[in-house]
Amino acid sequence: MRFLLVEDNPQLAAAVLDRLSLDGHVVDHAGDLATADGFISTTDYDLILLDIMLPDGDGRDFLNAHRARGRTTPVIVLTARSEVSDRVGALDMGADDYIAKPFDFAELEARCRAVLRRQAGTATNVTRFGNASLNRLAGTLDVAGKSVELRNRELRLLEVFFAAPGQIIPKPKLVDRLFSYDEEVSENAIEVYVGRLRKHLEGSDVSIVTVRGLGYRLSVP
Amino acid sequence: MSLLRPSSSSIRRRLTLQLLVSAAVLALVLFFIVFNFARQIGSESQDRVLLASARSVLDASTIQDGEVWIDIPYFAFSMLDNPSDDRVFYQIVQDGDLLTGYEDLPQARSDGAEAGFLTVPYRTETLRIVTLTRRLSDGGQPVEVTVTVGQTRDEQADVLNRISRMTVLLGLGFFAVSAVLAVLAGQSTASSLSRLAGSVSRRGPQDLRPVVADVPSEMRPLVRSLNSLIARLSGAFTRTEDFIAEAAHRVRTPLATVRAHAENTLRRVDREENRVSLREMIRAIDESSRAAGQLLDHAMVSLRADQLELQLVELSSLVRDLVERLSPVAEMRDMPIRINAEVPCEVMGDPILIQNAVRNLLDNAVKYAPSDTPIEVGIAAESGNAIITIRDHGAGFPDPTDAQLTRRFTRGENAAGTIGSGLGLTIAEEVARAHQGHLVISNHSDGGGACVQLSIPLR
Repeated sequence: MRFLLVEDNPQLAAAVLDRLSLDGHVVDHAGDLATADGFISTTDYDLILLDIMLPDGDGRDFLNAHRARGRTTPVIVLTARSEVSDRVGALDMGADDYIAKPFDFAELEARCRAVLRRQAGTATNVTRFGNASLNRLAGTLDVAGKSVELRNRELRLLEVFFAAPGQIIPKPKLVDRLFSYDEEVSENAIEVYVGRLRKHLEGSDVSIVTVRGLGYRLSVP
Repeated sequence: MSLLRPSSSSIRRRLTLQLLVSAAVLALVLFFIVFNFARQIGSESQDRVLLASARSVLDASTIQDGEVWIDIPYFAFSMLDNPSDDRVFYQIVQDGDLLTGYEDLPQARSDGAEAGFLTVPYRTETLRIVTLTRRLSDGGQPVEVTVTVGQTRDEQADVLNRISRMTVLLGLGFFAVSAVLAVLAGQSTASSLSRLAGSVSRRGPQDLRPVVADVPSEMRPLVRSLNSLIARLSGAFTRTEDFIAEAAHRVRTPLATVRAHAENTLRRVDREENRVSLREMIRAIDESSRAAGQLLDHAMVSLRADQLELQLVELSSLVRDLVERLSPVAEMRDMPIRINAEVPCEVMGDPILIQNAVRNLLDNAVKYAPSDTPIEVGIAAESGNAIITIRDHGAGFPDPTDAQLTRRFTRGENAAGTIGSGLGLTIAEEVARAHQGHLVISNHSDGGGACVQLSIPLR
């Protein structure tokens, strides 16, 4: 997917760019509103991440102008201000959602997914291996024509496997992706979710293979 | 607030009182002046009649061969007749010898042609007496005839009585009219003050425009200083809000940078000890950013709670919006949020504060209850109150009756493993109290789990 990040703090922008690229997205970065204007006039984005306090103006004004021009590209506002005073302002100006800094990337991902789901309905962004296809926005797994609605953690876990088929993924990394940092979880907790996914994937061309001592691997046809 | 001392210093009361006192003094003065004047007039007219009477007696006196003849004319005493039947006494003396009349009647000092007047007790009465002396002569030895006429003062007292009664009535009437005028004057003076007060107190809490009121020139300095106070207050208010926003920005942006880099690094490193420290780092960042956020929220809530900007708030849609906002986070932990709302549920409140309170309660439920358990949100109207219930299926509160739970920076004993600042319930309770509502903390009777109820009086 193609993102536009409008954020004036270069270190934070670098970190967000790094993360979104790791997840396989294409990201353009604008450090101010003028640059952002240039980007959106030439490129269609799936989603805009917009900071509020920018050197050449208020992000909410940009949002206003963006909506006034009839653009429907979803916008998630990144706010570092007090939520009591700012929240209503951002949502009233036509933002689809907001997230407070500092944010958890998993939460940002979840919010992006929710916004895109609302925007696009369903049936976009499907990854297919053999007779198994994963609809990441709708959160459904189709196996041989049978559709299963995945729970959130099952979906996120399967996403990790579908993004890197054939690669060994160590358990600790899966823990990082699935659980928030304030949860005390053992790596065994992953086994529960892997077990559920294996059940959903029964009868499909793909399977999750345990690589003893190293982690798991998605075997694809 | 009882910052104002009791109103011995009400301008209206003071002005009215002053006017009433001066009216009373004036009424008294009026009474005495009229009373004295009446007495004087009364006594002068009696004197004049007495003098005329005495003079007519003298005029009737003739001297023949050294003998004094007096043919007292009929009208000499009849002119003294009056409705009160005042008694008349007289005495005629020739060269010190009594000719006729009452011998013991006292005489006033009369000097030659001048008449002398005297008020004197006589027998059981008080008499007004005139004494007039005239020298008669038929060519021989002149003879000195002294006529004294006295009259009791019943009529005069009677007239005076009537006049004084009327004067009292006049004084009372004067006082009554003055009192009415004084009250009106007090009211009209106070009304320009209360107009000003009204124009200030009618405005909303966020309305910090200068006061524009049509006031008398004496009150203009008051309005000027009021406006300068408002300007300073508005400046301070804006600065405080700006400061809170700026402080949040300054604290959160670098934290966001550190957290993002830490998360990225965590994805790249494999060594367990590095991973542990990175996780610890992220936890610490979350802890401090949450504390900073809630402290600033708390500051903002306190600031606003002092001067609520009330508007009609529909709680069901407010809660629905909040749940929609929070569900991506809850979904990450596979926690469905179920809403059971009776619509509509309207209260008068500050929507931003209520949102903040409910968000804190929902945050708590998402954070403290285990994943894969549902959260139930109910909105109901019960006996005049709108009640928002948030119930989770976690371990619940160790002691829900513990008043410490809503105190700043204190947390339940089993909250140790979770990131939190201990301000969530404090904020929620402050918001409830600012709306004349309350917060009830309990563990659900059926199956346990924390159950927090925020109740706000219905509109």
